[in-house]
Amino acid sequence: MSVEARERRQPWILLSPALTAVGLLLFVPLIFIVVYSFWLRTATGADQAGFYLDNWQEALTDPFYRDILLGTLRIAAITTIVCAVMGYPAAYFIARSRGNKALLLLLLMLPFWISYIIRTMSWINILGVSGAVNWALLNLGIVSEPLQMLYNEPTVILGLVHFLLPFMVLNVYVALEGIDISLEDAACSLGSTRWQAFREVTLPLSLPGLAAGGLLCFVLSAGTYITPLVLGGPTDAMFANLVFEAIITQLNWPLGSALSLMLLAVLGALVLVYNHYLGMGQLMKGLG
Amino acid sequence: MGWKLIRAYTLLVYLFMFLPVAVVVLLSFNASQFGSFPMTGFSFRWFVELAGNEAILRAFRTSLLLGALTALISTTLGVLASLALVRYDVPGRNLISTLLIAPILVPEVVLAVALLLFLNFLSINKSFFLLLMGHVIFTLPFVILVVQARLVGIRRDYEEAALSLGASPVQAFFQITLPLLAPAVFAGMLFAFTISFDDITGTLFWKPGGVETVPTQIFAMLRNSISPEINALGTVMIFLTVGLPLLGLAVARRMALQRGG
Repeated sequence: MSVEARERRQPWILLSPALTAVGLLLFVPLIFIVVYSFWLRTATGADQAGFYLDNWQEALTDPFYRDILLGTLRIAAITTIVCAVMGYPAAYFIARSRGNKALLLLLLMLPFWISYIIRTMSWINILGVSGAVNWALLNLGIVSEPLQMLYNEPTVILGLVHFLLPFMVLNVYVALEGIDISLEDAACSLGSTRWQAFREVTLPLSLPGLAAGGLLCFVLSAGTYITPLVLGGPTDAMFANLVFEAIITQLNWPLGSALSLMLLAVLGALVLVYNHYLGMGQLMKGLG
Repeated sequence: MGWKLIRAYTLLVYLFMFLPVAVVVLLSFNASQFGSFPMTGFSFRWFVELAGNEAILRAFRTSLLLGALTALISTTLGVLASLALVRYDVPGRNLISTLLIAPILVPEVVLAVALLLFLNFLSINKSFFLLLMGHVIFTLPFVILVVQARLVGIRRDYEEAALSLGASPVQAFFQITLPLLAPAVFAGMLFAFTISFDDITGTLFWKPGGVETVPTQIFAMLRNSISPEINALGTVMIFLTVGLPLLGLAVARRMALQRGG
Protein backbone atom coordinates (compact mmCIF):
# COMPACT_ATOMS: atom_id res chain seq x y z
CA MET A 1 0.00 0.00 0.00
CA SER A 2 1.33 3.42 -0.89
CA VAL A 3 1.98 6.05 1.77
CA GLU A 4 -0.80 8.25 0.38
CA ALA A 5 -3.32 5.44 0.49
CA ARG A 6 -2.39 4.72 4.07
CA GLU A 7 -2.64 8.39 4.94
CA ARG A 8 -6.10 8.44 3.39
CA ARG A 9 -7.25 5.36 5.26
CA GLN A 10 -5.93 6.33 8.66
CA PRO A 11 -8.65 8.83 9.65
CA TRP A 12 -11.34 6.31 8.78
CA ILE A 13 -9.70 3.69 10.97
CA LEU A 14 -9.66 6.23 13.81
CA LEU A 15 -13.26 7.25 13.17
CA SER A 16 -14.74 3.79 12.70
CA PRO A 17 -15.21 2.81 16.38
CA ALA A 18 -17.09 6.03 17.21
CA LEU A 19 -19.13 5.98 14.00
CA THR A 20 -20.01 2.31 14.54
CA ALA A 21 -21.12 3.06 18.09
CA VAL A 22 -23.31 5.98 17.05
CA GLY A 23 -24.71 3.94 14.15
CA LEU A 24 -25.52 0.84 16.17
CA LEU A 25 -26.61 2.53 19.38
CA LEU A 26 -28.48 5.53 17.97
CA PHE A 27 -29.35 5.50 14.27
CA VAL A 28 -30.27 1.83 13.84
CA PRO A 29 -32.35 1.91 17.07
CA LEU A 30 -34.14 5.05 15.83
CA ILE A 31 -34.98 3.34 12.53
CA PHE A 32 -36.04 0.30 14.51
CA ILE A 33 -38.59 2.22 16.61
CA VAL A 34 -40.01 3.76 13.44
CA VAL A 35 -40.77 0.21 12.26
CA TYR A 36 -41.84 -0.85 15.75
CA SER A 37 -44.37 1.99 16.00
CA PHE A 38 -46.41 0.28 13.25
CA TRP A 39 -46.58 -3.00 15.14
CA LEU A 40 -49.36 -3.84 17.50
CA ARG A 41 -49.31 -4.84 21.16
CA THR A 42 -51.93 -7.58 21.41
CA ALA A 43 -54.06 -8.37 24.44
CA THR A 44 -51.81 -11.33 25.25
CA GLY A 45 -48.84 -8.99 25.57
CA ALA A 46 -47.07 -10.26 22.46
CA ASP A 47 -46.16 -7.90 19.64
CA GLN A 48 -47.89 -8.39 16.32
CA ALA A 49 -45.46 -7.44 13.57
CA GLY A 50 -46.98 -5.74 10.56
CA PHE A 51 -48.12 -2.40 9.31
CA TYR A 52 -50.84 -1.12 11.63
CA LEU A 53 -51.72 2.53 11.95
CA ASP A 54 -53.46 2.07 15.32
CA ASN A 55 -50.66 3.51 17.51
CA TRP A 56 -50.23 6.55 15.33
CA GLN A 57 -53.97 7.07 15.17
CA GLU A 58 -54.16 6.93 18.95
CA ALA A 59 -51.13 9.18 19.47
CA LEU A 60 -52.22 11.78 16.92
CA THR A 61 -55.98 11.98 17.50
CA ASP A 62 -56.51 11.25 21.21
CA PRO A 63 -57.12 14.68 22.82
CA PHE A 64 -55.38 13.41 25.99
CA TYR A 65 -52.04 13.19 24.19
CA ARG A 66 -52.62 16.40 22.25
CA ASP A 67 -53.38 18.39 25.41
CA ILE A 68 -50.31 17.10 27.21
CA LEU A 69 -48.14 17.82 24.16
CA LEU A 70 -49.45 21.40 24.04
CA GLY A 71 -49.03 21.74 27.80
CA THR A 72 -45.43 20.52 27.50
CA LEU A 73 -44.66 23.03 24.76
CA ARG A 74 -46.21 25.80 26.87
CA ILE A 75 -44.12 24.85 29.93
CA ALA A 76 -41.00 24.71 27.75
CA ALA A 77 -41.79 28.12 26.25
CA ILE A 78 -42.36 29.77 29.64
CA THR A 79 -39.18 28.16 31.00
CA THR A 80 -37.20 29.47 28.03
CA ILE A 81 -38.55 33.00 28.40
CA VAL A 82 -37.87 33.09 32.13
CA CYS A 83 -34.34 31.78 31.52
CA ALA A 84 -33.76 34.50 28.93
CA VAL A 85 -35.06 37.26 31.18
CA MET A 86 -33.01 36.05 34.14
CA GLY A 87 -29.96 34.98 32.19
CA TYR A 88 -29.34 37.81 29.74
CA PRO A 89 -28.49 40.57 32.24
CA ALA A 90 -26.33 38.16 34.23
CA ALA A 91 -24.42 37.13 31.09
CA TYR A 92 -24.04 40.81 30.17
CA PHE A 93 -22.65 41.55 33.61
CA ILE A 94 -20.11 38.73 33.41
CA ALA A 95 -19.03 39.67 29.88
CA ARG A 96 -18.54 43.35 30.70
CA SER A 97 -17.27 42.89 34.23
CA ARG A 98 -13.77 44.15 34.91
CA GLY A 99 -13.74 42.37 38.24
CA ASN A 100 -13.17 38.71 38.85
CA LYS A 101 -14.50 37.31 35.60
CA ALA A 102 -12.79 33.94 36.01
CA LEU A 103 -14.50 33.37 39.35
CA LEU A 104 -17.91 34.38 37.98
CA LEU A 105 -17.45 31.97 35.08
CA LEU A 106 -16.30 29.16 37.34
CA LEU A 107 -19.37 29.67 39.52
CA LEU A 108 -21.50 29.61 36.40
CA MET A 109 -20.02 26.24 35.40
CA LEU A 110 -20.45 24.70 38.86
CA PRO A 111 -24.15 23.84 38.52
CA PHE A 112 -23.28 21.66 35.51
CA TRP A 113 -21.34 19.48 37.91
CA ILE A 114 -24.04 19.31 40.56
CA SER A 115 -26.42 16.45 40.06
CA TYR A 116 -29.70 17.33 38.36
CA ILE A 117 -31.75 15.25 40.79
CA ILE A 118 -30.16 16.99 43.78
CA ARG A 119 -30.72 20.45 42.34
CA THR A 120 -34.32 19.52 41.62
CA MET A 121 -35.05 18.04 45.03
CA SER A 122 -33.29 20.94 46.77
CA TRP A 123 -36.46 23.00 46.22
CA ILE A 124 -38.35 20.67 48.54
CA ASN A 125 -36.08 21.98 51.33
CA ILE A 126 -37.03 25.53 50.38
CA LEU A 127 -40.72 25.34 49.47
CA GLY A 128 -41.90 22.16 51.16
CA VAL A 129 -44.40 22.07 54.01
CA SER A 130 -41.48 21.96 56.47
CA GLY A 131 -39.13 23.92 54.23
CA ALA A 132 -37.25 27.15 54.81
CA VAL A 133 -39.96 29.51 53.54
CA ASN A 134 -42.75 27.98 55.60
CA TRP A 135 -40.52 27.87 58.66
CA ALA A 136 -39.78 31.58 58.29
CA LEU A 137 -43.43 32.49 57.65
CA LEU A 138 -44.61 30.47 60.67
CA ASN A 139 -42.00 32.00 62.95
CA LEU A 140 -42.78 35.52 61.80
CA GLY A 141 -46.42 34.81 62.53
CA ILE A 142 -47.48 35.61 58.97
CA VAL A 143 -49.23 32.27 58.57
CA SER A 144 -50.53 29.86 61.17
CA GLU A 145 -50.60 26.79 58.92
CA PRO A 146 -47.78 25.84 56.55
CA LEU A 147 -48.57 26.83 52.97
CA GLN A 148 -48.77 24.16 50.28
CA MET A 149 -46.49 25.68 47.67
CA LEU A 150 -45.08 22.61 45.95
CA TYR A 151 -46.38 20.12 43.41
CA ASN A 152 -47.94 22.36 40.80
CA GLU A 153 -47.04 23.69 37.38
CA PRO A 154 -45.20 26.81 38.61
CA THR A 155 -42.86 24.68 40.75
CA VAL A 156 -42.18 22.44 37.73
CA ILE A 157 -41.21 25.56 35.78
CA LEU A 158 -39.14 26.79 38.73
CA GLY A 159 -37.23 23.51 38.83
CA LEU A 160 -36.65 23.61 35.07
CA VAL A 161 -35.44 27.22 35.16
CA HIS A 162 -33.06 26.35 38.00
CA PHE A 163 -31.70 23.43 35.96
CA LEU A 164 -31.43 25.24 32.60
CA LEU A 165 -30.44 28.80 33.50
CA PRO A 166 -26.68 28.09 33.30
CA PHE A 167 -27.10 26.90 29.69
CA MET A 168 -28.73 30.22 28.80
CA VAL A 169 -26.19 32.39 30.62
CA LEU A 170 -23.28 30.52 29.10
CA ASN A 171 -24.55 30.79 25.52
CA VAL A 172 -25.36 34.48 25.81
CA TYR A 173 -22.01 35.09 27.48
CA VAL A 174 -20.13 33.39 24.64
CA ALA A 175 -21.94 35.58 22.11
CA LEU A 176 -21.38 38.80 24.10
CA GLU A 177 -17.71 37.96 24.58
CA GLY A 178 -17.31 37.87 20.80
CA ILE A 179 -18.62 41.43 20.35
CA ASP A 180 -16.05 44.18 20.24
CA ILE A 181 -16.79 46.45 23.19
CA SER A 182 -15.58 49.47 21.23
CA LEU A 183 -18.64 49.16 18.96
CA GLU A 184 -20.83 50.34 21.82
CA ASP A 185 -18.37 53.15 22.60
CA ALA A 186 -18.40 54.19 18.96
CA ALA A 187 -22.20 54.37 18.96
CA CYS A 188 -22.07 56.49 22.10
CA SER A 189 -19.48 58.86 20.70
CA LEU A 190 -21.74 59.28 17.68
CA GLY A 191 -24.44 60.59 19.96
CA SER A 192 -26.54 57.63 21.07
CA THR A 193 -27.23 56.96 24.73
CA ARG A 194 -25.82 53.87 26.47
CA TRP A 195 -29.24 52.23 26.33
CA GLN A 196 -29.66 53.04 22.62
CA ALA A 197 -26.19 51.71 21.91
CA PHE A 198 -27.04 48.50 23.73
CA ARG A 199 -30.40 48.11 22.01
CA GLU A 200 -29.22 48.84 18.50
CA VAL A 201 -25.71 47.39 18.50
CA THR A 202 -25.01 44.86 21.24
CA LEU A 203 -28.42 43.23 21.55
CA PRO A 204 -28.81 42.39 17.84
CA LEU A 205 -25.25 41.07 17.69
CA SER A 206 -25.88 38.82 20.70
CA LEU A 207 -29.12 37.35 19.36
CA PRO A 208 -27.45 34.19 17.97
CA GLY A 209 -26.27 33.36 21.49
CA LEU A 210 -29.70 34.06 22.91
CA ALA A 211 -31.22 31.81 20.25
CA ALA A 212 -28.73 29.01 20.98
CA GLY A 213 -29.44 29.23 24.70
CA GLY A 214 -33.16 29.37 24.02
CA LEU A 215 -33.06 26.29 21.81
CA LEU A 216 -31.19 24.32 24.48
CA CYS A 217 -33.59 25.43 27.23
CA PHE A 218 -36.64 24.63 25.14
CA VAL A 219 -35.51 21.23 23.88
CA LEU A 220 -34.17 20.09 27.26
CA SER A 221 -37.24 21.18 29.20
CA ALA A 222 -39.66 19.72 26.65
CA GLY A 223 -37.92 16.35 26.94
CA THR A 224 -37.88 16.04 30.71
CA TYR A 225 -39.93 13.70 32.87
CA ILE A 226 -37.99 13.78 36.13
CA THR A 227 -38.80 17.37 37.16
CA PRO A 228 -42.60 16.88 36.92
CA LEU A 229 -42.26 13.65 38.92
CA VAL A 230 -40.30 15.38 41.70
CA LEU A 231 -41.83 18.87 41.76
CA GLY A 232 -45.16 18.44 39.98
CA GLY A 233 -48.54 17.19 41.10
CA PRO A 234 -50.53 14.29 39.65
CA THR A 235 -51.91 16.47 36.84
CA ASP A 236 -48.60 18.01 35.82
CA ALA A 237 -47.37 15.18 33.61
CA MET A 238 -45.35 16.25 30.61
CA PHE A 239 -45.09 14.45 27.30
CA ALA A 240 -41.98 12.49 28.27
CA ASN A 241 -43.91 11.17 31.28
CA LEU A 242 -46.38 9.61 28.84
CA VAL A 243 -43.50 7.94 27.03
CA PHE A 244 -42.14 6.63 30.33
CA GLU A 245 -45.60 5.38 31.35
CA ALA A 246 -46.16 3.60 28.04
CA ILE A 247 -42.73 1.96 27.98
CA ILE A 248 -41.99 1.17 31.62
CA THR A 249 -45.39 0.90 33.32
CA GLN A 250 -47.80 -0.30 30.62
CA LEU A 251 -45.13 -2.10 28.59
CA ASN A 252 -46.93 -1.00 25.42
CA TRP A 253 -43.76 -0.63 23.42
CA PRO A 254 -45.25 -0.01 19.98
CA LEU A 255 -47.33 2.87 21.36
CA GLY A 256 -44.33 4.13 23.33
CA SER A 257 -42.33 4.13 20.09
CA ALA A 258 -44.96 6.24 18.34
CA LEU A 259 -45.08 8.71 21.25
CA SER A 260 -41.26 8.99 21.35
CA LEU A 261 -41.17 9.66 17.64
CA MET A 262 -43.82 12.36 18.01
CA LEU A 263 -41.65 14.11 20.59
CA LEU A 264 -38.60 13.67 18.36
CA ALA A 265 -40.48 15.08 15.35
CA VAL A 266 -41.67 18.19 17.19
CA LEU A 267 -38.31 18.97 18.79
CA GLY A 268 -36.35 17.85 15.73
CA ALA A 269 -38.35 20.26 13.56
CA LEU A 270 -37.36 23.05 15.91
CA VAL A 271 -33.68 22.09 15.70
CA LEU A 272 -33.90 21.98 11.91
CA VAL A 273 -35.50 25.43 11.72
CA TYR A 274 -32.79 26.73 14.03
CA ASN A 275 -30.09 25.05 11.96
CA HIS A 276 -31.52 26.47 8.74
CA TYR A 277 -31.37 30.06 9.96
CA LEU A 278 -28.42 30.07 12.34
CA GLY A 279 -26.42 26.89 11.79
CA MET A 280 -24.99 24.68 14.50
CA GLY A 281 -21.81 26.72 14.97
CA GLN A 282 -23.11 28.97 17.74
CA LEU A 283 -24.55 26.02 19.64
CA MET A 284 -21.25 24.14 19.47
CA LYS A 285 -19.38 27.21 20.70
CA GLY A 286 -21.60 27.31 23.75
CA LEU A 287 -21.21 23.59 24.44
CA GLY A 288 -17.49 23.35 23.87
CA MET B 1 -26.99 53.64 37.99
CA GLY B 2 -27.74 51.03 35.30
CA TRP B 3 -24.57 49.11 35.96
CA LYS B 4 -25.26 48.85 39.71
CA LEU B 5 -28.73 47.55 38.92
CA ILE B 6 -27.31 44.87 36.64
CA ARG B 7 -24.82 43.90 39.32
CA ALA B 8 -27.53 43.51 41.95
CA TYR B 9 -29.63 41.53 39.47
CA THR B 10 -26.71 39.23 38.70
CA LEU B 11 -26.14 38.68 42.38
CA LEU B 12 -29.77 37.62 42.74
CA VAL B 13 -29.42 35.23 39.80
CA TYR B 14 -26.36 33.62 41.41
CA LEU B 15 -28.21 33.39 44.73
CA PHE B 16 -31.09 31.68 42.96
CA MET B 17 -28.67 29.16 41.49
CA PHE B 18 -26.77 28.37 44.68
CA LEU B 19 -29.03 29.00 47.65
CA PRO B 20 -31.11 25.81 47.32
CA VAL B 21 -27.94 23.74 46.96
CA ALA B 22 -26.39 25.46 49.96
CA VAL B 23 -29.48 24.59 51.97
CA VAL B 24 -29.04 20.91 51.07
CA VAL B 25 -25.49 21.02 52.44
CA LEU B 26 -26.59 22.95 55.52
CA LEU B 27 -29.45 20.60 56.37
CA SER B 28 -27.27 17.54 55.95
CA PHE B 29 -25.46 18.61 59.12
CA ASN B 30 -28.72 19.14 61.00
CA ALA B 31 -28.87 17.26 64.28
CA SER B 32 -32.69 17.19 64.22
CA GLN B 33 -34.29 13.93 63.23
CA PHE B 34 -36.37 15.54 60.48
CA GLY B 35 -34.85 16.75 57.28
CA SER B 36 -36.03 20.29 57.71
CA PHE B 37 -35.71 23.58 59.52
CA PRO B 38 -34.97 24.59 62.19
CA MET B 39 -31.35 23.54 62.58
CA THR B 40 -31.16 22.09 66.06
CA GLY B 41 -27.43 21.57 66.10
CA PHE B 42 -24.41 20.50 64.10
CA SER B 43 -23.99 16.79 63.63
CA PHE B 44 -22.45 14.15 61.38
CA ARG B 45 -25.08 11.59 62.32
CA TRP B 46 -26.65 11.50 58.84
CA PHE B 47 -23.31 10.80 57.23
CA VAL B 48 -22.71 8.01 59.72
CA GLU B 49 -26.12 6.60 58.95
CA LEU B 50 -25.38 6.94 55.25
CA ALA B 51 -22.19 4.92 55.62
CA GLY B 52 -24.22 2.12 57.17
CA ASN B 53 -26.97 2.08 54.55
CA GLU B 54 -26.30 -0.98 52.43
CA ALA B 55 -28.63 0.09 49.58
CA ILE B 56 -26.87 3.43 49.18
CA LEU B 57 -23.42 1.88 49.33
CA ARG B 58 -24.45 -0.59 46.65
CA ALA B 59 -25.76 2.28 44.52
CA PHE B 60 -22.45 4.07 44.97
CA ARG B 61 -20.46 1.06 43.85
CA THR B 62 -22.70 0.65 40.80
CA SER B 63 -22.39 4.34 39.89
CA LEU B 64 -18.61 4.33 40.31
CA LEU B 65 -18.13 1.21 38.20
CA LEU B 66 -20.55 2.45 35.54
CA GLY B 67 -18.95 5.90 35.44
CA ALA B 68 -15.42 4.50 35.24
CA LEU B 69 -16.23 2.04 32.43
CA THR B 70 -18.21 4.70 30.57
CA ALA B 71 -15.31 7.14 30.85
CA LEU B 72 -12.84 4.53 29.62
CA ILE B 73 -14.85 3.42 26.56
CA SER B 74 -16.27 6.82 25.68
CA THR B 75 -12.91 8.55 25.91
CA THR B 76 -11.16 5.88 23.83
CA LEU B 77 -13.74 6.24 21.06
CA GLY B 78 -13.84 10.00 21.42
CA VAL B 79 -10.09 10.60 21.35
CA LEU B 80 -9.62 8.42 18.26
CA ALA B 81 -12.45 10.20 16.44
CA SER B 82 -11.22 13.63 17.51
CA LEU B 83 -7.71 12.84 16.27
CA ALA B 84 -9.14 11.96 12.87
CA LEU B 85 -11.25 15.12 12.73
CA VAL B 86 -8.55 17.52 13.88
CA ARG B 87 -5.43 15.97 12.35
CA TYR B 88 -6.65 14.79 8.96
CA ASP B 89 -8.39 16.34 6.04
CA VAL B 90 -11.41 14.08 6.15
CA PRO B 91 -13.89 14.46 3.32
CA GLY B 92 -17.35 15.31 4.67
CA ARG B 93 -16.01 16.46 8.01
CA ASN B 94 -19.09 18.54 8.85
CA LEU B 95 -21.44 15.65 8.22
CA ILE B 96 -19.29 13.33 10.34
CA SER B 97 -19.14 15.86 13.17
CA THR B 98 -22.92 16.23 13.10
CA LEU B 99 -23.39 12.45 13.12
CA LEU B 100 -21.06 12.07 16.07
CA ILE B 101 -22.76 14.74 18.17
CA ALA B 102 -26.25 13.56 17.14
CA PRO B 103 -26.80 11.77 20.48
CA ILE B 104 -27.10 15.15 22.22
CA LEU B 105 -29.41 16.54 19.56
CA VAL B 106 -31.90 13.72 20.13
CA PRO B 107 -33.93 14.12 23.35
CA GLU B 108 -32.53 11.69 25.89
CA VAL B 109 -35.92 10.07 26.47
CA VAL B 110 -36.17 9.18 22.78
CA LEU B 111 -32.60 7.86 22.73
CA ALA B 112 -33.40 5.82 25.84
CA VAL B 113 -36.52 4.29 24.31
CA ALA B 114 -34.86 3.52 20.97
CA LEU B 115 -31.84 1.83 22.55
CA LEU B 116 -33.92 -0.13 25.06
CA LEU B 117 -36.34 -1.48 22.46
CA PHE B 118 -33.70 -2.23 19.84
CA LEU B 119 -31.36 -4.10 22.16
CA ASN B 120 -34.34 -5.92 23.59
CA PHE B 121 -35.24 -6.96 20.04
CA LEU B 122 -31.72 -8.38 19.83
CA SER B 123 -32.51 -10.32 23.04
CA ILE B 124 -30.29 -8.08 25.15
CA ASN B 125 -32.48 -7.38 28.16
CA LYS B 126 -32.22 -4.62 30.70
CA SER B 127 -28.81 -5.20 32.20
CA PHE B 128 -25.63 -3.53 33.28
CA PHE B 129 -24.40 -3.96 29.71
CA LEU B 130 -27.38 -2.05 28.30
CA LEU B 131 -26.86 0.67 30.92
CA LEU B 132 -23.20 0.91 29.93
CA MET B 133 -23.96 1.13 26.20
CA GLY B 134 -26.51 3.85 26.90
CA HIS B 135 -24.09 5.88 28.98
CA VAL B 136 -21.34 5.50 26.36
CA ILE B 137 -23.53 6.78 23.56
CA PHE B 138 -24.76 9.90 25.27
CA THR B 139 -21.41 10.87 26.82
CA LEU B 140 -19.51 10.38 23.54
CA PRO B 141 -20.56 13.74 21.96
CA PHE B 142 -19.45 15.68 25.04
CA VAL B 143 -16.10 13.88 25.08
CA ILE B 144 -15.61 14.63 21.38
CA LEU B 145 -16.43 18.32 21.84
CA VAL B 146 -14.12 18.72 24.82
CA VAL B 147 -11.24 16.71 23.37
CA GLN B 148 -11.46 18.43 19.98
CA ALA B 149 -11.35 21.85 21.61
CA ARG B 150 -8.14 20.84 23.40
CA LEU B 151 -6.57 19.07 20.42
CA VAL B 152 -6.79 22.13 18.21
CA GLY B 153 -4.34 23.81 20.57
CA ILE B 154 -1.68 21.08 20.27
CA ARG B 155 0.75 21.64 17.43
CA ARG B 156 1.68 18.78 15.18
CA ASP B 157 5.31 19.82 14.80
CA TYR B 158 6.59 17.64 17.65
CA GLU B 159 5.09 14.53 16.15
CA GLU B 160 6.51 15.36 12.72
CA ALA B 161 9.91 16.07 14.25
CA ALA B 162 9.86 12.63 15.91
CA LEU B 163 8.87 10.97 12.64
CA SER B 164 11.57 12.76 10.68
CA LEU B 165 14.11 11.74 13.30
CA GLY B 166 13.31 8.11 12.61
CA ALA B 167 10.58 7.19 15.10
CA SER B 168 7.97 4.76 13.83
CA PRO B 169 4.39 6.12 13.74
CA VAL B 170 3.51 3.88 16.71
CA GLN B 171 6.52 5.14 18.67
CA ALA B 172 5.72 8.72 17.80
CA PHE B 173 2.15 8.25 18.97
CA PHE B 174 2.94 6.65 22.31
CA GLN B 175 6.03 8.71 23.15
CA ILE B 176 5.11 12.13 21.78
CA THR B 177 1.45 12.51 20.88
CA LEU B 178 -0.13 10.64 23.77
CA PRO B 179 1.74 12.54 26.52
CA LEU B 180 0.79 15.80 24.80
CA LEU B 181 -2.79 14.56 24.61
CA ALA B 182 -2.90 13.60 28.27
CA PRO B 183 -4.71 16.73 29.49
CA ALA B 184 -7.34 16.35 26.75
CA VAL B 185 -7.80 12.65 27.53
CA PHE B 186 -8.02 13.44 31.21
CA ALA B 187 -10.60 16.19 30.65
CA GLY B 188 -12.68 13.88 28.43
CA MET B 189 -12.66 11.07 30.99
CA LEU B 190 -13.62 13.41 33.81
CA PHE B 191 -16.44 14.85 31.76
CA ALA B 192 -17.77 11.44 30.73
CA PHE B 193 -17.54 10.17 34.31
CA THR B 194 -19.43 13.12 35.76
CA ILE B 195 -22.19 13.01 33.17
CA SER B 196 -22.61 9.28 33.64
CA PHE B 197 -22.51 9.60 37.42
CA ASP B 198 -25.28 12.24 37.33
CA ASP B 199 -27.57 10.68 34.78
CA ILE B 200 -31.09 9.67 35.69
CA THR B 201 -33.22 10.24 32.57
CA GLY B 202 -31.81 7.38 30.52
CA THR B 203 -30.79 5.29 33.51
CA LEU B 204 -34.37 4.80 34.72
CA PHE B 205 -35.19 3.25 31.34
CA TRP B 206 -32.16 1.01 31.09
CA LYS B 207 -31.47 -0.19 34.61
CA PRO B 208 -32.55 -3.72 35.48
CA GLY B 209 -34.91 -4.16 38.43
CA GLY B 210 -33.07 -4.06 41.75
CA VAL B 211 -30.04 -2.23 40.36
CA GLU B 212 -29.82 1.40 41.46
CA THR B 213 -27.32 4.13 40.70
CA VAL B 214 -26.93 7.00 43.16
CA PRO B 215 -29.37 9.33 41.31
CA THR B 216 -32.04 6.63 40.91
CA GLN B 217 -31.55 5.71 44.57
CA ILE B 218 -32.15 9.34 45.58
CA PHE B 219 -35.17 9.40 43.28
CA ALA B 220 -36.57 6.26 44.91
CA MET B 221 -35.95 7.70 48.39
CA LEU B 222 -37.80 10.90 47.44
CA ARG B 223 -40.94 8.83 46.95
CA ASN B 224 -41.21 8.52 50.72
CA SER B 225 -40.29 11.86 52.17
CA ILE B 226 -37.22 14.02 52.18
CA SER B 227 -35.03 12.70 54.96
CA PRO B 228 -31.79 14.25 56.24
CA GLU B 229 -30.13 11.17 54.80
CA ILE B 230 -30.97 12.37 51.28
CA ASN B 231 -29.45 15.75 52.07
CA ALA B 232 -26.33 14.01 53.37
CA LEU B 233 -26.14 11.91 50.22
CA GLY B 234 -26.61 15.09 48.20
CA THR B 235 -23.71 16.70 50.05
CA VAL B 236 -21.46 13.72 49.33
CA MET B 237 -22.48 13.85 45.64
CA ILE B 238 -21.80 17.58 45.44
CA PHE B 239 -18.40 17.07 46.99
CA LEU B 240 -17.59 14.26 44.55
CA THR B 241 -18.85 15.93 41.38
CA VAL B 242 -17.68 19.45 42.18
CA GLY B 243 -14.63 18.83 44.35
CA LEU B 244 -13.08 16.14 42.17
CA PRO B 245 -13.35 18.01 38.85
CA LEU B 246 -11.95 21.15 40.45
CA LEU B 247 -9.07 19.05 41.71
CA GLY B 248 -8.76 17.54 38.25
CA LEU B 249 -8.75 20.97 36.67
CA ALA B 250 -5.92 22.03 38.95
CA VAL B 251 -3.94 18.88 38.15
CA ALA B 252 -4.52 19.29 34.40
CA ARG B 253 -3.46 22.92 34.53
CA ARG B 254 -0.34 21.92 36.42
CA MET B 255 0.49 19.23 33.88
CA ALA B 256 -0.07 21.67 31.03
CA LEU B 257 2.09 24.29 32.73
CA GLN B 258 4.94 21.88 33.32
CA ARG B 259 4.85 20.77 29.72
CA GLY B 260 4.47 24.21 28.30
CA GLY B 261 7.14 25.69 30.60
